[in-house]
Amino acid sequence: MKMRSVVSINNLSKVYKNDFRALKNVDLDIHKDEIFALLGPNGAGKTTLISIICGLVNLSEGNVHVEGYDIIKNYREARSKIGLVPQELSLETFENVFNNVSYTRGLYGKAPNPKHIEKTLKELSLWDKKDSKINDLSGGMKRRVLIAKALSHEPSILFLDEPSAGVDVELRKEMWQVIENLRDTGVTIILTTHYIEEAEAIADRVGVINNGEMIVVDEKESLINSMGKKTLTIELHDPITELPTNLSNLDLKIINNGKSLNYSYDRKSKHTGITSLLQSIREAGLKLKDLKTEQSSLENIFVELVSKDNS
Amino acid sequence: MNYYAVRAIYLHEMHRMWRTIFQSIMSPVISTSLYFIVFGSVIGAMIPQVDGVSYGSFIVPGLLMLTLLTQSVSNSAFGIFFPKYSGSIYEVLAAPISSFEIIVGFVGASATKSLIVGVIILVTASFFVELSIQYPLLMIFLLVLTCLTFSLFGFLIGLLSNNFEQLQVVPLIIITPLVFLGGSLYTIEMLPDFWQKVSYFNPVVYLINGMRYSFYGVSDINIWISVISLVSFLVICIFGVAIVITKGYNIKS
Ligand SMILES: Nc1ncnc2c1ncn2[C@@H]1O[C@H](COP(=O)(O)OP(=O)(O)OP(=O)(O)O)[C@@H](O)[C@H]1O
Ligand SMILES: [Mg+2]
Repeated sequence: MKMRSVVSINNLSKVYKNDFRALKNVDLDIHKDEIFALLGPNGAGKTTLISIICGLVNLSEGNVHVEGYDIIKNYREARSKIGLVPQELSLETFENVFNNVSYTRGLYGKAPNPKHIEKTLKELSLWDKKDSKINDLSGGMKRRVLIAKALSHEPSILFLDEPSAGVDVELRKEMWQVIENLRDTGVTIILTTHYIEEAEAIADRVGVINNGEMIVVDEKESLINSMGKKTLTIELHDPITELPTNLSNLDLKIINNGKSLNYSYDRKSKHTGITSLLQSIREAGLKLKDLKTEQSSLENIFVELVSKDNS
Repeated sequence: MNYYAVRAIYLHEMHRMWRTIFQSIMSPVISTSLYFIVFGSVIGAMIPQVDGVSYGSFIVPGLLMLTLLTQSVSNSAFGIFFPKYSGSIYEVLAAPISSFEIIVGFVGASATKSLIVGVIILVTASFFVELSIQYPLLMIFLLVLTCLTFSLFGFLIGLLSNNFEQLQVVPLIIITPLVFLGGSLYTIEMLPDFWQKVSYFNPVVYLINGMRYSFYGVSDINIWISVISLVSFLVICIFGVAIVITKGYNIKS
């Protein structure tokens, strides 16, 4: 079944004034009601991509549709569906929280609705700060004000550019909850992040972008499954300095000052080689203290993808 | 038309004025009152009538124009520059609003502020000198047109400025001298021949004389020339803003 795509990006390229190509022929479809995480190292083009969709940066080539509306020709319809939480804490510092959030709602062409603003501020634990000046808030609170502003006009698509930057662990978990609740009420979420654990915790699908190119887009689970390697860590009773000869042709690494060996294998392959590995270890006369296996995380996959792409 | 957006920008800008009421309203009122005291009462007492009115009354239209001009320019230049500087302009750019609606909101609020200041100055002036307004409708028309035109001009300056220095340099080195040399405190007939000729190149001379005509029915310059030059400047500003905006506001990359 083909899912309904709410954001459809075709062959999108961006060349900045200084001739820098920040995006190269990007194709991407965002499905309805999903949480999509855009991963990529600094300068990969994540903010550029989001800024183009939201109307902050002009595109150079290609096109983007939001719920079927072209972002340039039908900018009013397209933009009114979108809420944007920018990466920078760009806020008017002398205004108070409540007015600031209400202002955004007005800009999006909605009649004032103090009840909705109140609900949004409460969900983001900002209600007790409603009369505070932006200047008097902490960084994490400012970030949440930006989120409240983005939700003030009840958008159906929410872009969050690095929502967790500067938010502490406790609040980050709360924010994930808010994001998941939003998704459950029918808001499609696109977020960029540096924290792989964030993508792992809440994303349904993941896109990896590097040097302006989308290198992979896939379901989070299948990405982990298809690329995932497992690592077997063998703790030794007595440390060694080099591998015994009968083990030297296996994919083994000495770690932890010779106290452990690392063996990585493809979890999907039929022959993991673990049985013969253990056999060889015994033959070499090494005594085992402990064994444990680890699933490689999105982080390893990400690092691997990006380093492969760069080479 | 995104009515709520224009309203939001307008009210947001007006709210900024209430927050900084001293700077926005009190300071122009105080400085204009000082002019009236120094030039109108003190110096005016030593000067005979000019164009059939006392010197104190004579300078009212000019001082009014001087304040309207500088206020309009700085209000709207600051109004658009500030969100650009803090980065909060992003939400205006990302919102479903046309450039025209953005301008109506910002420039409308700036012009309203100047009008409020203008009215307060007139009231203040009436405490110091005798005022008569011969053509009230013409006066209101010129008042509104001046506020709009120079708010638009200030908007353009705010858009083009990349830092605080640029923001202040245009009002300081262009507007202030033009206004001071624009005959707000004298008629250009009082000048030596050569400087009279130079004055005809100063657009502010036409504004001030137009305003003075609406008050006392006297002017160095035909009232139609005044109105036409003001409207022409308005058109130039509209084109200027339109060009900057189609080129991406100097904000969008
Ligand atoms: N206005 C601009 N003019 C020229 N180059 C730009 C401009 N904005 C961004 N770039 C360049 O485009 C590239 C992508 O930038 P972008 O901000 O999209 O990266 P990012 O993936 O969001 O990075 P980060 O994780 O650090 O936020 C960078 O190399 C950046 O230097
Ligand atoms: Mg970024």
